[in-house]
Amino acid sequence: MADEAGITVLIPTPLRRFTDGDAKVTMAGASVGEVLDSLERAYPGIGERLRDDSGQIRRFVNVFVNGQNVRDRDGVDTSLSEGDEVGIIPAMAGGSRV
Amino acid sequence: MPSWIRIHVYADLRLLACCPAVDIARFDMSDACTAILKADSHRSALRRNAVSYFLMNNSGLPFHDSPKSYVSGQSAIMSNFQADTVATIASTLENTGVVRSIGNTPLVRLHRLERHLGLPASIEIHLKIEWVNPGGSIKDRTALSIIQAAIAAGDLDRGQTLIDATSGNTGIAYAMLGAALEIPVTLVVPGSASEERKRTLAAYGAHVVYSDPYEGSDGAIRLVRDLVTDRDHNYFYADQYNNQANAVAHYTTTGPEIWDQTSGRLTHFVAALGTTGTLMGAGGFFRHRGTVELIGVQPAEAFHGIEGLKHLPTAIVPGIFDPSLPDRIEGVDTEEAFDAARALARIEGYFAGSSTGANLAAAARLGSELASKGQPACIVAVGCDGGSRYLSTGLWELN
Repeated sequence: MADEAGITVLIPTPLRRFTDGDAKVTMAGASVGEVLDSLERAYPGIGERLRDDSGQIRRFVNVFVNGQNVRDRDGVDTSLSEGDEVGIIPAMAGGSRV
Repeated sequence: MPSWIRIHVYADLRLLACCPAVDIARFDMSDACTAILKADSHRSALRRNAVSYFLMNNSGLPFHDSPKSYVSGQSAIMSNFQADTVATIASTLENTGVVRSIGNTPLVRLHRLERHLGLPASIEIHLKIEWVNPGGSIKDRTALSIIQAAIAAGDLDRGQTLIDATSGNTGIAYAMLGAALEIPVTLVVPGSASEERKRTLAAYGAHVVYSDPYEGSDGAIRLVRDLVTDRDHNYFYADQYNNQANAVAHYTTTGPEIWDQTSGRLTHFVAALGTTGTLMGAGGFFRHRGTVELIGVQPAEAFHGIEGLKHLPTAIVPGIFDPSLPDRIEGVDTEEAFDAARALARIEGYFAGSSTGANLAAAARLGSELASKGQPACIVAVGCDGGSRYLSTGLWELN
């Protein structure tokens, strides 16, 4: 596992206003928490949408690593490897567009 | 204007003509007839009359109050064949068990929640319990109205497949009615739909197409629009976001029920905005009955987890939405909606979903605001669906 793995992050439409409309961005990080930190540094404001004050993923947010929900793994501590794909999806919402 | 004329005009103008929302209170019959003729010349007068007749018969409004001259005038326009067709459809629907069990839901006062919020006795908060509908949500009314209107207008013939984009509850209602009425149903649902929803749709035998989970319900809308252009399939596109029969469902059932259940004392109506059908329909009904403040509820943020709701500033705005109707639109955070749904379960013993939570959070805020001004209020919030549909989601995650 590389410390600065290149991780693809899939961004849902309502958050693409933070990423200049990009649906897919590449971030560094060895865990889900680190990737979310990188995301916040690159796109200030996106982090608080995803995590609460204690750093946990908000109840209505699902984060997937290669299609598997991190709630079924180690949450924000779920480790990542080069090439992994992280997906962020609000738990079934009424939809949005940028 | 008597109510029977209102519903006739409403049905023709708003359901069939697909013209922009019209303030029907300002219409007289001659204006209305002119507008009907201008608005939708490709449909035959027979069909328009058939639908009006059908809706009037099924609206629960006092059809018997209509003057005889009007009824005979209508019979002269409608052929015997058309009248027979409408009567057959009405009779089939009336004799279908699930159809008969839609609507007439309870309205309950949340005494314990009112006390928990520290509200004075002059502030009443009532909840319209829509999850007792056979499909488990308020959307049973919507789906039934859309199907009734489509069959009566000849838009949904035997063998045609009903197709629509849905974030869940409307899909379940279409699937349920499709099973009972032998209408094939195809639904476009975001891939992020909860496991409970996917399995429920499968249980009713509906065909489900999943859209990109990252695109939400707007992605489902875009995909269904692509699918219906496929000439190889004989689809009826129900289009709940733009179909006035959606709002008509609430104008003819939800609104009158609440009005009766509150004995006309209703002062504030709180409804979450998804397709906006509940607020447009029931709200439109209340607007013509008395001074009722209409409050729409939307997620405070574009990125949210309140299922079925739309953040209107960033979403595809439904065609049936008339922005001039709501007196105000309240934003509710997902966490606030979840907390309210949890409070409802723990304090009142009602197990509801997150959109009900959003409505209650807005109703609670409104109650406190009115109490601080010393105003009495009879607030009705819509309880859109039940909590069990969200068991696998973060709403009921164990702490």
